[in-house]
Amino acid sequence: MDAAIRVKGLKTVIGGTVVHENLDLQARRGEILGIVGASGAGKSVLLRTVVGLNRAVAGRIEILGQDTGQLDSEGWRRLRTRFGVLFQDGALFSSLTVGENIQVPMNEFMDLSPELRDEMTAVKLDLAGLPPDAGAKYPSELSGGMRKRAGLARALAVDPELLFLDEPTAGLDPIGAAEFDSLIRSLQRSLGLTVFLVTHDLDSLVAVCDRIAVLVDKRVVEGTLDELLANEHPWIQSYFRGPRGRAAIGR
Amino acid sequence: MTIAFGGRWDLAAVARQDAPLRALDAAGASRAAIDISALTALDSAGAWALHRLRTKLRAQNVQADFVGGKEAYLSLLNRLERPPRAAPLVPPRPNIMVVMLARLGSGAERALSESIDIVGFFGQALATAARTLLRPANVRVTSLLVQVEQVGLNALPIVGLLSFLIGVVLAYQGIDQLRRFGAEVFTVNLAGISILREVGVLMTAIVIAGRSGSAFTAQIGTMKVREEIDAMRTLGLDPVEILVLPRLLALVLTMPLLGFYADVVGLFGAAVSTMLILDLSPIQFMSQLREAVEIKHFWVGIIKAPVFGFIIALTGCRYGLKVKGSAENVGRRTTQSVVEAIFLVIVADAVFSIVFSRIGY
Repeated sequence: MDAAIRVKGLKTVIGGTVVHENLDLQARRGEILGIVGASGAGKSVLLRTVVGLNRAVAGRIEILGQDTGQLDSEGWRRLRTRFGVLFQDGALFSSLTVGENIQVPMNEFMDLSPELRDEMTAVKLDLAGLPPDAGAKYPSELSGGMRKRAGLARALAVDPELLFLDEPTAGLDPIGAAEFDSLIRSLQRSLGLTVFLVTHDLDSLVAVCDRIAVLVDKRVVEGTLDELLANEHPWIQSYFRGPRGRAAIGR
Repeated sequence: MTIAFGGRWDLAAVARQDAPLRALDAAGASRAAIDISALTALDSAGAWALHRLRTKLRAQNVQADFVGGKEAYLSLLNRLERPPRAAPLVPPRPNIMVVMLARLGSGAERALSESIDIVGFFGQALATAARTLLRPANVRVTSLLVQVEQVGLNALPIVGLLSFLIGVVLAYQGIDQLRRFGAEVFTVNLAGISILREVGVLMTAIVIAGRSGSAFTAQIGTMKVREEIDAMRTLGLDPVEILVLPRLLALVLTMPLLGFYADVVGLFGAAVSTMLILDLSPIQFMSQLREAVEIKHFWVGIIKAPVFGFIIALTGCRYGLKVKGSAENVGRRTTQSVVEAIFLVIVADAVFSIVFSRIGY
């Protein structure tokens, strides 16, 4: 099966500290890959590096079969239409309404008639589980959960094949978090997305992820939940075997 | 009739085929099969276009159905079964007259509540100052000294440079105008009196409002955003005593010193100009200055300095404590604080001028 993301020998340095060293990672097409790790282990840095916001010191990153190190700015631009990113608090543009936010990537990357653009905006709002009248609201008028849904709608605006989510359930109450989990799962199924999910939330890890990548010792240990449960590494053991881990896994 | 779709049916394809698809007509058929068995890719835009087509045909009393297609495609099409209503994306814009009236009203209301707020904060600061200064052991000496260094010592280069340049400019203008009457030497009187009475201290106040008043708002505002102020209150600490008072005292104490320094450097700038253009030696400059300028002019200027300092610190701290919510608010409050501080300083300067002229100073 071909990979949507393939990282080989990645090394990143932030402010003089080595965050990742010789890190290998692979996300297969059509799967939800969960990224976990201790606070400060570099989960968000990994996401930012893969999407091109941070520069890697060494290593090779392939997204959807393209080596990002070889891309020129036009190549990056075209690649960016094929993936969407949801930042922690939605990162909506505060001077635009939700609807206008969703239209930003459409206007930037596609030549759509105004009519089709408005229809597509309504479809995205609906896919993200937002009511139609949310389109006319400004981000400051929305609750945290709705801002995340709006951010998700914007990330889906030009129908990406790959979706990056940075702690989508952080700051949501358990009911909202569970709803968001099932939203991601059902979107992933019906749109055939590959999802790169950075999370702290054990419940969503167990509920939606096909495979899990654990960031330990500046590298990644990948596997299904069962494989990781069998892993000997002390941090992985205490993560999944600790009281919260046991409660989430339910065994 | 049969409408067959094939290949990649994604947003780009929909964008290309949107117009013919919208124009498509049932042409009297009573049944239509939308054949999607040849599709190789379908995204939400493609699904929406197919769904829209079927909805439109059904509205024309044609029995339209999807034929073939992978299960994944059908489940995506089913997701759209709840037809999304297109809603406006921008809130309706109200009548321009109403907007202007509302703006006028809210402006007046804000001016009133601001005035009340200023008076209230003034009183609170004074009460806290009185309470603290009665027990001098409670004065936060370290904090005060840090503030004195930041607002006083570190401001010397910029205040000095600006005062020097203002002295140069005043002298140049004076020489140009007074030369017509052959009275160039009175440039010293002009520059001396305007620097000492007005410009030296006023320029200092404006620079300090931009430099330190804004810093006060930003520092306290950032603490407010991070809930540090609330934390202080729950620990039984008074933010006015801890944050506002040292800043207030620091500016009240350093502004006269900065004003004096600005006076000296400004006069030096004027002296350099007159020396270069009029060949007036420094000794001649000094004697002309002593003859023309009484010491009262210096006092008129310098007595305003602590008042300006008080106004700047009070305004900066007040806006800092008014910050609510986000980092964006800190920026907005900082701008407002600088504008208001400069405004109030100039109003106070005008009041001083009137008072001094009435009492014949």
